[in-house]
Amino acid sequence: MDGSASDIHRVEVRDPVVEARGVAMAFGSNTLFRDVTFQVGRGEVFVILGGSGCGKSTLLKLLIGLYPPTAGEIRILGEDLGAADGRARRALLSRLGVMWQSGALFGSMTLLENVMLPLEEHTRLPPAAREQVARVKLGLVGLSDAADRLPAEISGGMAKRAGIARAMALDPPLLFLDEPSAGLDPITSAGLDQLIRDLARDLGTTFVVVTHELQSILAIGDRCIMLDKQAKGMIAEGDPRELRDHATHPTVRAFFRREAA
Amino acid sequence: MTAQAEQAGFDRQDETLRLRGPLTTQRVGPLWREVLRAAPGARRLDLSAVTALDTTGATLVLAGASAASKADPVPIEGASESVGAVLERARAALAAPRPAAAPGGLSFVAATGAWGVGLWHRFWESTGFLGETVVMAFAALPHPRRMRPADLLRHLDEAGLRAFPLTVLLGTLIGVILAFQSSIPMRQFGAEIFIPPLVGISLVRELGPLIAAVILSGRTGSAYAAELGTMTVNEEIDALRIMGVDPMAMLVLPRLLAAMLVMPVLTLVMNLSGLAGMTAVMIALGFPTALVLNQLEQWLTLGSLIGGLGKSVLFGLAIAMIGCRAGLSAGRGPRAVGDAATAAVVGGIVATVVLDGLCAVLFFRLGW
Repeated sequence: MDGSASDIHRVEVRDPVVEARGVAMAFGSNTLFRDVTFQVGRGEVFVILGGSGCGKSTLLKLLIGLYPPTAGEIRILGEDLGAADGRARRALLSRLGVMWQSGALFGSMTLLENVMLPLEEHTRLPPAAREQVARVKLGLVGLSDAADRLPAEISGGMAKRAGIARAMALDPPLLFLDEPSAGLDPITSAGLDQLIRDLARDLGTTFVVVTHELQSILAIGDRCIMLDKQAKGMIAEGDPRELRDHATHPTVRAFFRREAA
Repeated sequence: MTAQAEQAGFDRQDETLRLRGPLTTQRVGPLWREVLRAAPGARRLDLSAVTALDTTGATLVLAGASAASKADPVPIEGASESVGAVLERARAALAAPRPAAAPGGLSFVAATGAWGVGLWHRFWESTGFLGETVVMAFAALPHPRRMRPADLLRHLDEAGLRAFPLTVLLGTLIGVILAFQSSIPMRQFGAEIFIPPLVGISLVRELGPLIAAVILSGRTGSAYAAELGTMTVNEEIDALRIMGVDPMAMLVLPRLLAAMLVMPVLTLVMNLSGLAGMTAVMIALGFPTALVLNQLEQWLTLGSLIGGLGKSVLFGLAIAMIGCRAGLSAGRGPRAVGDAATAAVVGGIVATVVLDGLCAVLFFRLGW
């Protein structure tokens, strides 16, 4: 039985925050994925998962408008980010935040200055207020005591949390996280998962998370899609716990049961 | 009316500071100062008309509550469930412990002392690096294969061959400039015929090695520092050590050798290019080529040439050592590589000039 169709449990979302329709990406003649279609609802923690090299991070970069897709349409907060330019693009970018896999903190700035940077660029807050707000963001991710440290002086887990604080600087309704738990110990990783859940619950933030960490997927994901290198596209969509228990596609089953494919 | 279309605002009624509308990042900016100005003396903050609150808005509410009373923050009332949840999160974030205040700035005397101690440490470490290099070089002599020939050839190519065009260009221009500049005062004394020895001796004894050293420092010293600095940041140097491979033998020795080998060649190219430039100017001024060559032959000694080439080897060694040391002692983070490259160029040029001064004294004593 071919389980690929049965593992895609599509849900029609009202007023989607992120919408991808028939998205494809190719580098030259090498197709990475095609016909990727999904919607993310407001306040959801949506996970993009899959094995190494399946195009998860590339899909994230398409979603945030860094590259145009080869085919298909992407709408973020109801707008086409790729087509927006000038003031419209700037306004749209101020409504989303991105945490990069490495943290991508600016090495010459302290954590506080890193978080203050988007506030300086996008708000009319007075300088003292910017600092106070940035301290709150660092406090939200548990880094109050590291505000004046440089990125080179903190651990990988702290860099990821600082990356989240900077991504949240403008209180965007939509946050993209690229591999938030990669390379972290289980305790730090669990703490980060809890933080994502708390922020989604208390602040109503929508999260799109790229990860292949199984425990994180199950801990934070409301819904997920799974990309596959062989299939060059989506092979599953739905509640990660449902997929773990009832998936029929062999790759999806192997992924959730940590079996060799 | 939706929350997005509403205006954020506030008013003060007796002892109540009443905030209203959506208190969100993009809307509280213009309000911030006014709210803090209106807050003192208020006995409570009323949030019953607040339709939306994010953490930036919550920070303003908490700042307002603190500004209202110098003692304890005043109570915040009327918040809906969702507004209250955000407020509590922000309150908890602000209450998290902060690091102890950093000690104040050092006094002038203490700062000078700290600078001196730092300088002494750097000198001490550099001396250690020099000693380590000498020991490693002697240890490598019986095992030349440990130093990979392919690496040496690559460094010879990068530091030497690829620097030829720049060296020829700068050498020619400097010969031209020196000849033109010196022709004006020399003409006043009717001594234009002595321009070739003046430029020739200047180039061969001083400017040739010095400018070749500046080229080596800017191109190669900085490249060594950046390359080894990146390897240090990426923990490749630690990986080599753990594999039992001596980074000094594998990475430093070929670079030192390459710099020492290319420097006399670059100096020679610089000298020849400069002399060619000077000759072109002399011809333009109406002097025959044979006369220029005759003057050079008469005044330029083999001792001057050997002295210049000899000290260029020393410059090459110093520049490569400083570049390698800057790279291997790079710190962490993205700035580390840039800092190492800067230290390599500055250190290389300073060391070149200092060594040149020492050579000048030595040559004077030796009567060269």
